[in-house]
Amino acid sequence: MTEPLLSVENLRTYFHGAAAVAKSVDGVSFVVNAGETVGIVGESGCGKSVTALSILRLIQPPGRIESGSRILFEGKDLVSLDDAGMRHVRGNRISMIFQEPMSALNPVFTVGDQVAEVARVHGTGSRKDAWNRAVEMLTLTGIPSPGERAKQYPHQLSGGMRQRVLIAMALMMNPALVIADEPTTALDVTIQAQILELLLDLQKRLGTSILMITHDLGVVAETATRVLVMYGGEIVEEASVRTLFDAAHHPYTEGLMNAMPQISDSRERLNVIPGTVPPPTAWPTGCRFRDRCPYSWERCEREHPPLYQISEGHTSRCHLAVEPERRAHPHLPLVEQTGAIL
Amino acid sequence: MNADTPFVIAGYARRGRRWLGRDRSARFAVILLAVISVVCFLAPLTAPHDPNFQPDIVKLRNAPPSVEYPMGNDQASRDVLSRLLYGGRLSLTVALLATLVSVTVGTAYGAAAGYATGFVSTILERILDALLAIPRLLLLIVIFAARRDMPIGGFILILGVTGWYALARLVRGQVLALKAQDFVASAKALGATRMRILTRHILPNVVSPVIVAAMLGLGHVIVLEAGLSWLGIGVRSPDASWGNMIQDGSASLDQMATSWWIAFFPGIAIVLTVVAFNVLGDALLKALSPRQSGIE
Repeated sequence: MTEPLLSVENLRTYFHGAAAVAKSVDGVSFVVNAGETVGIVGESGCGKSVTALSILRLIQPPGRIESGSRILFEGKDLVSLDDAGMRHVRGNRISMIFQEPMSALNPVFTVGDQVAEVARVHGTGSRKDAWNRAVEMLTLTGIPSPGERAKQYPHQLSGGMRQRVLIAMALMMNPALVIADEPTTALDVTIQAQILELLLDLQKRLGTSILMITHDLGVVAETATRVLVMYGGEIVEEASVRTLFDAAHHPYTEGLMNAMPQISDSRERLNVIPGTVPPPTAWPTGCRFRDRCPYSWERCEREHPPLYQISEGHTSRCHLAVEPERRAHPHLPLVEQTGAIL
Repeated sequence: MNADTPFVIAGYARRGRRWLGRDRSARFAVILLAVISVVCFLAPLTAPHDPNFQPDIVKLRNAPPSVEYPMGNDQASRDVLSRLLYGGRLSLTVALLATLVSVTVGTAYGAAAGYATGFVSTILERILDALLAIPRLLLLIVIFAARRDMPIGGFILILGVTGWYALARLVRGQVLALKAQDFVASAKALGATRMRILTRHILPNVVSPVIVAAMLGLGHVIVLEAGLSWLGIGVRSPDASWGNMIQDGSASLDQMATSWWIAFFPGIAIVLTVVAFNVLGDALLKALSPRQSGIE
């Protein structure tokens, strides 16, 4: 087996507040292989964005990557890398596509300038070279008349076009890994499809790996080969896209699947997972999903489930793996029961 | 300054022309300031007489406006028009240089205070709070009254270094808001150094409010210089400044009534210049707000 491109081992990112410690990412491990697209899925507050930011060490105080965490990338541990080394990685070997293309662009510079800036930060070639390469990248991302567009300011471009600019910036130095943090959330649906297609196309051409952070299972289905489902700062299920959609094991993943609206649906209301993610300052003991789970039993309260191996390449953090018969007897989740009393 | 500055400036120039075509009060202010600056800075060419020459201390003492001396003569028989032009050159120079000093120091300090984190930021903030609590005019009066032989360079420098606190606070606020923006996180994710993020990504966004503040500051320094010179502790005779010309012409109520032209013309010059700077500052404030420049 070849060495993975990125290997995150027991990543823990805690935010040390005055009153409590928020364990936003609490022991996450996964790998990304060269040329692969890995999706990280979960709802708001599950720790997926903090995981992404941790890889580039963009966590602001009071946030901190705890000792014992390791992020191995191209033979270096990014957690202990010095600032200069980290700057060399950022934008050059690993780059990031942000969610909100308008605010991720500087309003006072032309977009061509901003794409060229990436090359100039990493000190390759002259100003003119950087500009020409920027226009080239904008061409590659399918922006019509890139020469003229490059001289325009962000507010003169549409949302989809701005996202293409961000993609051009991310791919400028031909990085080994692109982290896309909800790259299509701020765009309308037709543009979303175009942007995803563009990302995949460029990935094929350039051989880049992509870490796709999203709350949208549809995006994952379209782009990723492997999926990590996050909940409560942990990975609760990992599987190939195929396996995940055909045979999701964890009740949380099941819930996410059921919550996806379907064209054939005749039901009038959308399915939801009851309740919300508990605050990261106070994860429940045992299984973190148990209050919202329709199968939970006393073992879930007593014992924090490990990642059980379900099949080759498929793991799940649920005791159902060892007591599968309990799946036959769903009950009202705990949050619903107390809700009824209230 | 960086290699992209010409681009930014070219953009400003293009927008500037369009804006002057649209905004009538801004056009008025710009033309007025241009005329005042040209005639004053070219004083050796535009002034009809030597500003310190006393042609006839007996016959021309406090002489009213005439063909030869269109703004009259002062109590030493010197030509008021020539003194007005030379005085304007000095007053404007003092205002420009002092503002340049305060804009530079204020922007640098504000940027540092806004961009620094933790302990350093707290210290810089407290120092700023303390400086803002000092009444500027009283401080200036004390300094210049104590050092009556202050050379003009020192005068400018002290006006400058006592005038940047409000600007520093403005810049600090802007930088604080800007550093939380996504494009700053994005620049960091692309591998930019902290210094580069501050100078290249944050400060260009602060240029507009700083320009506006500088315009208002210019008007303020002109008034301040005039006030100090009038008190006799600013620019000293025989060098003419608008402030000490007013002092020359307002020694007594009687003199103001009989020889009004000595103080009247520099007074008008100050009012016109300050109004023009303020109008320009307000117009720029409107024109440079992001909403405005967004509509093109």
